[in-house]
Amino acid sequence: MGGSILGERVLRKEDPKFLTTGGKYVDDLLDEPKLAGALHVTYARSTVAHGKILSIDTSEAASMPGVVAVFTAADLGLQPVPSSFNPMATRTLLASDKVRYVGEPIAAIVSTTREQGEDAAETVYADYEVLPAYTDVMSAMAPGATLIYDACGSNVVFDTTVLGLPENTGDDFFKGCEVVARGMFTNQRVAPCPLEVRGSAVAWVDGRLHQWISTQHAQGALAPIAGANGVDPSQVRILTPDVGGGFGAKIGAYPEEVLLGVISSRVGKPLRWRETRSESMVALGHGRAQVQQVTIGGTRDGKVTHYQLHAFQDSGAWVDMGTILAPFMTRPMSSGVYAIPNIECRTTSVVTNTTPTVAYRGAGRPEATAAVERAMDLFALELGMDAAEVRRKNLIPKFSEPHTTVVGQTYDVGNYEESLNRVLAAADYAGWRRKQAERRKSGDARQIGVGVSVYVEITGGVGNGEQAKIEVLEDGRALVYTGTSPHGQGHATSWAMLASERTGIPMDRIDLVWGDTDLTPVGSGTMGSRSLQQGGNAVWSVAGTLVEKAKKVAARLLEANEADVVLDTDRGAFHVAGTPAVARTWAELAAAEKGNGGLSHDEFIGVPGATFPFGAHVAVVEVDTETGKVTHIAHTACDDAGKVLNPLLLEGQIHGGVAQGAAQALLEEVLYDADGNPTTSNLADYGFISAAELPSVTVVHMETPTPVNLIGAKGIGESGTIGSTPALQSAVVDAVSHLGVRHIEMPCTPQRVWAAIAAAGN
Amino acid sequence: MKVSITVNGSSREADVEPRTLLVHYIREHLGLTGTNIGCDTSSCGACTVHVDGESVKSCTMLAVQADGCSVTTIEGISRGGEMHPMQKSFMENHGLQCGYCTPGMVMAAIGILDENPSPTEEEVRIGLEGNLCRCTGYHNIVQSVLAAAKK
Repeated sequence: MGGSILGERVLRKEDPKFLTTGGKYVDDLLDEPKLAGALHVTYARSTVAHGKILSIDTSEAASMPGVVAVFTAADLGLQPVPSSFNPMATRTLLASDKVRYVGEPIAAIVSTTREQGEDAAETVYADYEVLPAYTDVMSAMAPGATLIYDACGSNVVFDTTVLGLPENTGDDFFKGCEVVARGMFTNQRVAPCPLEVRGSAVAWVDGRLHQWISTQHAQGALAPIAGANGVDPSQVRILTPDVGGGFGAKIGAYPEEVLLGVISSRVGKPLRWRETRSESMVALGHGRAQVQQVTIGGTRDGKVTHYQLHAFQDSGAWVDMGTILAPFMTRPMSSGVYAIPNIECRTTSVVTNTTPTVAYRGAGRPEATAAVERAMDLFALELGMDAAEVRRKNLIPKFSEPHTTVVGQTYDVGNYEESLNRVLAAADYAGWRRKQAERRKSGDARQIGVGVSVYVEITGGVGNGEQAKIEVLEDGRALVYTGTSPHGQGHATSWAMLASERTGIPMDRIDLVWGDTDLTPVGSGTMGSRSLQQGGNAVWSVAGTLVEKAKKVAARLLEANEADVVLDTDRGAFHVAGTPAVARTWAELAAAEKGNGGLSHDEFIGVPGATFPFGAHVAVVEVDTETGKVTHIAHTACDDAGKVLNPLLLEGQIHGGVAQGAAQALLEEVLYDADGNPTTSNLADYGFISAAELPSVTVVHMETPTPVNLIGAKGIGESGTIGSTPALQSAVVDAVSHLGVRHIEMPCTPQRVWAAIAAAGN
Repeated sequence: MKVSITVNGSSREADVEPRTLLVHYIREHLGLTGTNIGCDTSSCGACTVHVDGESVKSCTMLAVQADGCSVTTIEGISRGGEMHPMQKSFMENHGLQCGYCTPGMVMAAIGILDENPSPTEEEVRIGLEGNLCRCTGYHNIVQSVLAAAKK
């Protein structure tokens, strides 16, 4: 009997391809026959942040070498499309009446080569009546602010009060508290920056649109694309090639992608589109962008009794997914890991003249965690209590039955104190505190800071299950079809592990099919850390049912009772119990079922709800108090994602998450000037974190399986990001707290740190 | 303009526009799409290849500047179906996720060890500063390079 491969450090099956010829991303589809003779699309974009369009002159562009056609919204007859999240907000997919951010597409150029299109885009002249531009939520909400969407009647496009939730009661809420601490924090706007920018290609074949997109969710792109083309969804096939990262920003279909089929039918040619990085930095959705008004109150002995959060979410210039993350992700998680008996949380989402915000790794939960963790630090500072101790004092005790917080969110299972204990021990928290004390005593210019965070997040909140199909071929190979969509997570390996474990078909004989709406029509894609717990769970369940089906076939072939047939997973063969010599292989069964539609099973496997991974992080920094420079010197993460399928992949997710979280804490920020011009619109100006700015990460394992699905798994894709940012920000403040610093806004740049030290000294 | 460049061991002749970047020549003229483009400011390193044995961001060089040179891309480092030790090390250490930065990262990593066969972790991190990755947090990339150095 071979052992189970579940829980083993199985190397990835997809790697040899990526390492030898490279993946096949959308821009690599050079030999796709359907795209033969394809022309290139380039979008001309708005150069002003807010303005009425008086005219768009495309005549010079149309006369440029290689240009086949130029289209504006009027040329294509584009009609306003309402936002899914606030139907009062409408826009045309190419701006027509007004532009609302720098980078908004205003015209599409079709050219023979990509370079010709870029040259021509430079010559599209739009005349604007410039309107006041708002680059932050507070100015956009100010009385008398020019409306960005007139029909909305306000720049506030979503507020939890419309859900019937109460307004916050202000300071009255804290009347009985012995200690109260307050803060106004900016959870700054960041750019997701997948290494592969957006790209897509289209071809109409026999009246049917084939569209390749670099996306996290092919099935979700189908309806908007069919709608824009005025065809039935059955006339559209979305295909997902390899995808070079998404991080949430490639969930929804963007105007530039949705329009390609429409443009292709006008010019009668297949089309390719790929944005440049400079375009991507302003037109791919941004993340975070929340201003948080936080108050925390409690007793002098460190018990938090009251917590109030008002989150102002910057939606950017479109009512996109970013709008709803505050009410539906930040608010439900506002209590975090703490047993706080009284919480008020209101969220207000506001449009501004900036790039629309979308989901970005963590999507609303990092913001919730950052708010409550900063509040805990301020509370600890007020009391003179250790940051870890004040947390421990307020943690929800271990629970194995569902726990509902005062804001009404039910968590599946939790053991927060254990994760805190493990991370403190592994990080040598006490040792760092000693080193810190020594440095403080010696007055060293380089001070040590230690930050702790404890978090719980929500994963698998999207979708109520997933479709899986497993088909056994006559050569004994198997195809696994999944409604989830890999872009780095390693689905080909994980799904093969699950299917192989149950069927005995070797992993190298199992291939994955995804992201093709003809072959995988049902699917919720990969987002919100849902893949394994829903998609993997479905593969596991379907593999089990397939084995039962196969036993029936084997019984027929073996002329035996079905109940007597067993599967020997070591060799992938069925036999009557006790007589292993007479066996039928998967290949034989598949061949026998050829006339009956083949040997496969296809089913949607539901799950009853989301899961709530949790954990604790310790970050250690060294701060040069003379220059403000922060060096991230150690990071320890204990992330409990339930039952672990492949620790190698789990650790990879944590490492990547920690790096993105650290990037937000220390380096990255999307910036605009006062007129709304982006000033971080390429990778030379944007502080994308590199290897030189990060330490290695110590991963501490902890497994608390969830009862919510068959495989006990919770999500891990976003945990690292959620836990690391507040720990790191806290560490920076901690390094200089003895100098009187209480708070430093993110990113904690040398300038900010230096200024905070200087201000505290005055 | 006519160029003659040896790519992965075979001599290639082409007529290119003078403004053609080496990376565009590699991808579009030769169809070698393993080399990727991740930015437009020479910041990301996804397009790193070797030119006469030195690692170079192929977006920083015109194809005509490579005339007469020998260029090696990710497609050219396996030998007889055997992956290069650096490729193997990336696989064994889970040094890649989405794969987009990977070809450039592997080429840069080989370049680092060519210059410094037994680097410290810090030297590897500094050596990789010009190659950006959004998935791995660099942890396992650094491990891959250190492990390859030990072999």
